[in-house]
Amino acid sequence: MEETSTHYIELCPNPIRFEPVGKANNVFFDDANRQVFAVRSGGAMGVVVKGPDDKSVIQFRMESRGDVMSIKFSPDKKILAVQRSFKSVEFVNFLDDMTTDELEYSQTCKGKSTQIISFLWTGLYEIIFITNHGLEQYQIYPEKRTLKCLKTISLQVNWVVCMPENGILLLSSGSTGNTLHPVQVRPGVLNKLPKFEVDLPAAPKSNKVSLVERDVTLANIYNQLYIVVLRHQPSANVGAEIVLYQLQKESPARKSDVLKLDMSGRFAINIVDNLVMVHHQASKTSVIFDIQQSSESDGFIKYHYPVLSPLPIKPFKLLLPSKFTLLLPYSANWIVFQPDIVIDAKLGCLWYIKINLEPLVTMIYEKTTLISFLLKRKESKMVILSVCQKMLIPGQQANLHTIATVYDMLNTVFKSYRDTEAQVNNGELPHNVLNSWKKKVIIDQSDMFTHVFSVYEDCKDIKYKFMVAVLIEYIRSLNQFNMAVQHYLYELIINILVNNKCFYQLHQFLQYHVLSDSKPLACLMLSLESVYQPAHQLALDMLKRLQTANEEIIEVLLSKQQLLQALRFIRSVGIVDTVSSRKFLEAGLNTNDDMLFYTVFKFFEARNLRLRSNPRFQQGEHCELYVKHFESVFGIEALAAVPVS
Amino acid sequence: MNVKGHVTLKNFFIFNSNYGPREGEEEKKTLYFFPSTTDIDSQIKAIGLCEAVVKFTETFSDKPCEALHTQKTKQLFLEAEPDFWIIMTVAVPFSKKEKDDQSYYEYREEDVQNSVYRAVLLQTYKMFKLFNGTFVNILERSGGDISSLKHRLEHFYSRYLLTLKLHQSDLLDVFNGISFLPLDKNTYLQIQCLINRLEALFPTIKYTAFLYNDQLVWSGLEQDDMRTMYKYLTTSLFPSHLDQELHGSSTRSSMTAPGGTHFGKFVTGPSNLDDSSSLGKVPRVFIQSDTENEECYLLVYKALSASICMLISVNSTMNFDFFRTVDGFLGAQMSKVASDISEQYPRKSVASNTDPQFKYVYFNHMNLAQKTTVHIDIRKLSGVNIPQETLRLLGDINSDLTRDNEDGETIVKTASDFWVVGKKSDQREFYVVINQKNANLIEINEEVKKLCSTHLNSIFFLD
Repeated sequence: MEETSTHYIELCPNPIRFEPVGKANNVFFDDANRQVFAVRSGGAMGVVVKGPDDKSVIQFRMESRGDVMSIKFSPDKKILAVQRSFKSVEFVNFLDDMTTDELEYSQTCKGKSTQIISFLWTGLYEIIFITNHGLEQYQIYPEKRTLKCLKTISLQVNWVVCMPENGILLLSSGSTGNTLHPVQVRPGVLNKLPKFEVDLPAAPKSNKVSLVERDVTLANIYNQLYIVVLRHQPSANVGAEIVLYQLQKESPARKSDVLKLDMSGRFAINIVDNLVMVHHQASKTSVIFDIQQSSESDGFIKYHYPVLSPLPIKPFKLLLPSKFTLLLPYSANWIVFQPDIVIDAKLGCLWYIKINLEPLVTMIYEKTTLISFLLKRKESKMVILSVCQKMLIPGQQANLHTIATVYDMLNTVFKSYRDTEAQVNNGELPHNVLNSWKKKVIIDQSDMFTHVFSVYEDCKDIKYKFMVAVLIEYIRSLNQFNMAVQHYLYELIINILVNNKCFYQLHQFLQYHVLSDSKPLACLMLSLESVYQPAHQLALDMLKRLQTANEEIIEVLLSKQQLLQALRFIRSVGIVDTVSSRKFLEAGLNTNDDMLFYTVFKFFEARNLRLRSNPRFQQGEHCELYVKHFESVFGIEALAAVPVS
Repeated sequence: MNVKGHVTLKNFFIFNSNYGPREGEEEKKTLYFFPSTTDIDSQIKAIGLCEAVVKFTETFSDKPCEALHTQKTKQLFLEAEPDFWIIMTVAVPFSKKEKDDQSYYEYREEDVQNSVYRAVLLQTYKMFKLFNGTFVNILERSGGDISSLKHRLEHFYSRYLLTLKLHQSDLLDVFNGISFLPLDKNTYLQIQCLINRLEALFPTIKYTAFLYNDQLVWSGLEQDDMRTMYKYLTTSLFPSHLDQELHGSSTRSSMTAPGGTHFGKFVTGPSNLDDSSSLGKVPRVFIQSDTENEECYLLVYKALSASICMLISVNSTMNFDFFRTVDGFLGAQMSKVASDISEQYPRKSVASNTDPQFKYVYFNHMNLAQKTTVHIDIRKLSGVNIPQETLRLLGDINSDLTRDNEDGETIVKTASDFWVVGKKSDQREFYVVINQKNANLIEINEEVKKLCSTHLNSIFFLD
């Protein structure tokens, strides 16, 4: 238990297993489709393709025509592209059942000295060759087994970094390699974005490429594209740093963030859940950076430090070959792919890296920092709710100020979601805007009620004063963000106050409308009259303000035998003509006060006369009983005379 | 020549018949007697008469005797605690008149309203109780030593009685209500949270109340304690503190640690936080909210117009550090809250009082909320907006409405052409004085309806 709590980075439990690299077996990874290719004897002994999950497997054979350099399926896996030389790429068509006719067709790059560095599928039938002389975009006609060149871009290229899911290529150019050209690629589109230069730690000694492919990564962090550059310092005493360049559409990429590593040596970078994760081979530890966390800034660039001190990835178990073995991470054979992939070709494993949020709860002591961090993570909802709950439990209790800050954070997110939702419903924003919210954590009142405030029930040693104070903080926060408070929260606070006999406090809350008017709340107040008399007045006031509760007001008054008040009330709101006379007469009879009964009776006789020119009650009003009673007490002659028409 | 007499205090005494049951020991019954110059004989006689009246009236009613009227005086009775009687005698105002060349005094008995002066009497006891605890409690604490009770009574009443302004007593004393500050929900919640955090941070603070000027915003005390406390704060502590400030003795805006000033300072407690030699005076009060006679320090802190009253258990130590930390916590926050409120309430111009059409008094028995436009200020320093006799009429209508304890309405036209309307609905009372000479009853009725619908539309108040 304690052991697990020291590791918050782990490898997924079910890695994709493939045949390890060997003499006859070559392994390739296509990060666009997230597929691992195990190619035996150049394909003659078979090719096994696995990914993106451990269940998807494709197997086929192809003729061995030399060593494979690179191999990638088209996005719909209908065409396989295989590179065996620097000059050309070969293609094979696949049928729906993933069988192949093994008939290859080929495309050679343009120009004698041109060499293909890499290639990338940009559409179902579109491919780009990245060569040392620039880009070549081709259209493929699989039925004809031919390709047609669509567009070319000429540029001296040292190396390329691709980000297939966002369609971005980054070309290194120039003698020192630090001039970078971002290119946007989409089906039918090749769009050069403004180039920029990466500043090098020291002036390059020779015309040698100083910025190398291995130190440059493309990343999507909080829906912004960045070029992530690892910057080694000339002196090993000074820690390396990571420089983030934010990609711009119209202008060169802007240096925006610097992540301070405080270590030197070999690093590998992953992007997991919008965090920049840096693995350090020498110390066998990793650190994470959250570029949205508060940071130092010189006005242009933000300087970040790791969220936590360096900690190792959790050791993992693997079935090797007959029994489970515990293995340590940071093998020298590890290769990292973007955004969150680690491959060990010697072991034949592909893992996705995960962050386990629960151990972080005890690692980040400051609760506001913790919640702010968690709110930006995926699938952190239950962890956040559990943190919020723990903040209320004696022994781990946070102070009210912290609790207030946390609630404000939760409600800031909740409020902006609500606002977006409202704008979508009003047609001011397109519907798909809400999709981005699906990944975010939204904590609403019912979550708080069910998972946080429920602790009041279970944990009896929380002081009621604290309970009320916490609820008031939450209600304050909701009100501050202009959000209507749900009735169950009011009910909770009222119950706590009533159980502790804090009626005067409750009274004051109602007086200042801290608890908003509603019929259920009014009914709750009515039920409290026996323990706190003024609740009656509070309830009536509330019903009156609601303006839709005339029936309820009449019921309340009649049940208290306040008949005259009830009559005055229906007159004041102008509903004399529509109320049920029977209800009033019944209440009048129940008072055992003949004079009161007489008054009520006469009131309705007058109404009958006015409405129908006849003082008598009609059949449908079911007042016979009361007419009889009236006659027996006051005599028939006391009835109003029927006017002669 | 016209000689006039006002309502004045003739005497005021407290006795317990059990303390001198035998003949010859009558003076032992006396616990306090004002004026102190009264000779023992007269004291014994006065008390004897009261005892006789109380005994005699018991034969006719379950309720104890409340008042004894004579031509020149009214005597009011209060059994404050079992067998402890407080008696207040006021002189009835009179004027000297001439008729047929003969001069005589005309006593205006109706100028002294029972309800008003009974309320004043009750107030004298409650105020004593606030600062000293109950009579019984004092005796318990002193091991039944009556002289310590006498000492306490002497100490308190000899000063307190001098501050009574009997001729200014009116309906407001009967209500003895609290003026609440109307405030928007968000600001109110902010104040709530500030108080909660304060109490959580300083657990020795048992109760807290928050006021803005003379208006209450929050009370952690029970209603009855707050009522008396409110009276003390608004009529005694705040005014005297204000006077001190005006005379420049303690004006100082203290500095908070990381730059920036705030306006917070202690009203009770150290007046200068840079001078640790003086802790200042912190009064002790007796609170009945949780348990009976709970003794607390009353620490009051003020920033601009906002004051916060902290009731702190007397068992806790209050040293200079404590005051400093409290100041550190409250100073900036209270200043901010105070300026937030003042933005909502730009200082009410005097012009709002000039509407000559009508004046009103409102009181709700349920929460003791009270509003008045009849009185220019709550301390009655500037008097009232309506003639004294009209004001007395309000008191009379109130007595009438209270006697039946039923909802009702009274409309009166005074000899000086004022219309006076008194209404009672559920637990609320509303009195309007309209100065409209030529109006008739129907018009006045309409006028009052309009008033109710504009001023009382958010409550269930039947026309």
